Amino acid sequence: MIPALVVFAYLGVVLYIGIFAFRRAGGGEHAESYFLANRSLGQYVFLLSLFGTNMTAFTILGSAGHAFSNGIVTYGLMASSSAFLIPLTLYLFGTRVWSLGKRFGFMTPVQMYRDRWECGHIGTAIFAVQATLLVPYIVIAVMGGGTTLSAVSGGVVPYWFGGLVVAAVVMSYVFFGGMRGTAWVNTFQTVLFLVFGAAAILFIGVSIGGFPQAMERLLANPETAPLLTRERVPPAFFFSYMLIPLSTIMFPHISIFCLTARRMGQFKKTIIFYPLCILAIWLPCTFLGLTANAMTDVPAIESKLEARAELAAGREDLSPAEAAGLQREAAGDDVIILMLEHYAPLWLAGLLGAGIMAAVMASDSQILALSTMFTEDVFAYYGGAQRFGPAVQVQTGRLFVVLIALVAYAIALQAPPGIFGIAVQYAFSGFTTLMPLLVAALFWRRSTKWGALAVVLWTAATMTAVAVLQAVVPAPAPGTVVPVWTLAGLDIVTRTPGGTAVLGYMPVLPMLIGSSLLMVVVSLLTPPPAAATVARYFPPTHPRRIPG
Amino acid sequence: MTRTGWLLTAAVAALYFLHQDIWFWDQARPLVFGFLPIGFFYHAVYSLAAAALMWALIRLAWPAHLEAEAETASAPEPGGPPAAPGESEERR
Repeated sequence: MIPALVVFAYLGVVLYIGIFAFRRAGGGEHAESYFLANRSLGQYVFLLSLFGTNMTAFTILGSAGHAFSNGIVTYGLMASSSAFLIPLTLYLFGTRVWSLGKRFGFMTPVQMYRDRWECGHIGTAIFAVQATLLVPYIVIAVMGGGTTLSAVSGGVVPYWFGGLVVAAVVMSYVFFGGMRGTAWVNTFQTVLFLVFGAAAILFIGVSIGGFPQAMERLLANPETAPLLTRERVPPAFFFSYMLIPLSTIMFPHISIFCLTARRMGQFKKTIIFYPLCILAIWLPCTFLGLTANAMTDVPAIESKLEARAELAAGREDLSPAEAAGLQREAAGDDVIILMLEHYAPLWLAGLLGAGIMAAVMASDSQILALSTMFTEDVFAYYGGAQRFGPAVQVQTGRLFVVLIALVAYAIALQAPPGIFGIAVQYAFSGFTTLMPLLVAALFWRRSTKWGALAVVLWTAATMTAVAVLQAVVPAPAPGTVVPVWTLAGLDIVTRTPGGTAVLGYMPVLPMLIGSSLLMVVVSLLTPPPAAATVARYFPPTHPRRIPG
Repeated sequence: MTRTGWLLTAAVAALYFLHQDIWFWDQARPLVFGFLPIGFFYHAVYSLAAAALMWALIRLAWPAHLEAEAETASAPEPGGPPAAPGESEERR
């Protein structure tokens, strides 16, 4: 119970930071102050907060859980690809979004799209799809909070109460502190996790008698040896997964966060240090998740391994309900917490639990982004700001923060386990599919609002198709696939244990190709925006790059 | 595009494809430092290479004109944020 108390104390601290930010902002009556911290974040807060925003329940619990089940491939799939592509997209797109935001006063990406393509309701359609895709990401944070608090308290705090506490605390400091409070809390959380993550590695490594011995044990066991290679992962799947980090810049909370920097130069440190932060966080998490397979002296981990072995045996008499139960039991989202409980001293387990909680609670930025989008792209755009004034605009944003937190909590109570799968299948793939919107808006003069609409409709349709397919065709046992559409003996679409595959690739590959083609073809078939509008985005005498 | 620009573009493309390290696909050994499977170690080094490339991009190809454009605009330029329904004529 002591670890749980430490975590509760931590929650009190972040709550205080949010309220302190509220006082510092003098209540934050203006939209730009509340939603963008007056575009005034300094470089270190910008770096740590942006990184903290991306370091969610998915990163910590989901990555360790995925590595527990799938081995070292987890780092290559999501970490090293992100270490390369996220800073690259910040360099290519984030700086341009910042510049346009500063020039034209944009507070959301949809404002930019509306202005760039001279559209209104198509912008609303973009908002609707972005908001729909963002909700699962918020839900996994609440689920992660419930899982963490329940685990560190040894089950004394039930899952539903843990999720409720996390949702309430995040809602409170976002409600009061807005972007400034969120940025400060994220900075605090990132520092906390970087410090205590290193401690976790040290303590667990010493406690289990050193990592080399654990690796040798895994290699000696035919069931776990493949986890140290990628022999179970098709190269086509790995290749298509590389597209997933492109989604990051399309997440509204990231593109909105790009608008908060005081100067564009503040991107420099963030772009250079981002890969190093990824390395510092993901390597321990995935490595510990992998190593958990050798920790058969932890009863809860041992029962997970038994459940996995039973699933892999592919018993034909297993009912769907029994298979689902085994999948739940084998899920590894809480392995890091189980290891800490078993190997770390009580006080340290509490501090580390707080560190994990720090990452789990990164949903604050997403909640604030949804609130900003609703307030700016819907409420203000459709006349609310003019009719009721800027103070009401901010209050509307706060009200929406409460609503989002409540909805996310309600969904989290019903959602099945497997944090990693939920996030990847819906949010990440969907935002990657929307990528042509940003590329075309920033780099292609000839792009049109109809091309943008085609991208949005394609994204909505393909995401729905994937969701329906996965609901109708149950996940097969590990190591097997179910053909869904076969043509001339070739499996076009298959249902896999982790989701869906198209010709062996993740659905995100054909989805992105489709949205890119639609943007090009539909734009060429429809009239471009007025020359004056295009000229504002692509000045005729555009200066060349200046080294600096 | 300048020669430096071409080189940086080639470096970005090369790093993208170097992520697909099929040469370490099926092997766990050697265990680097005694505990890191070689495929894992490769991707840790890949992350360091990404940081180095980002440093080069910023050092050699920082889009400073974007900052200049934004800083010279003392107030939001005409045209944005986007006009709401019914007010588009006033805005544009």
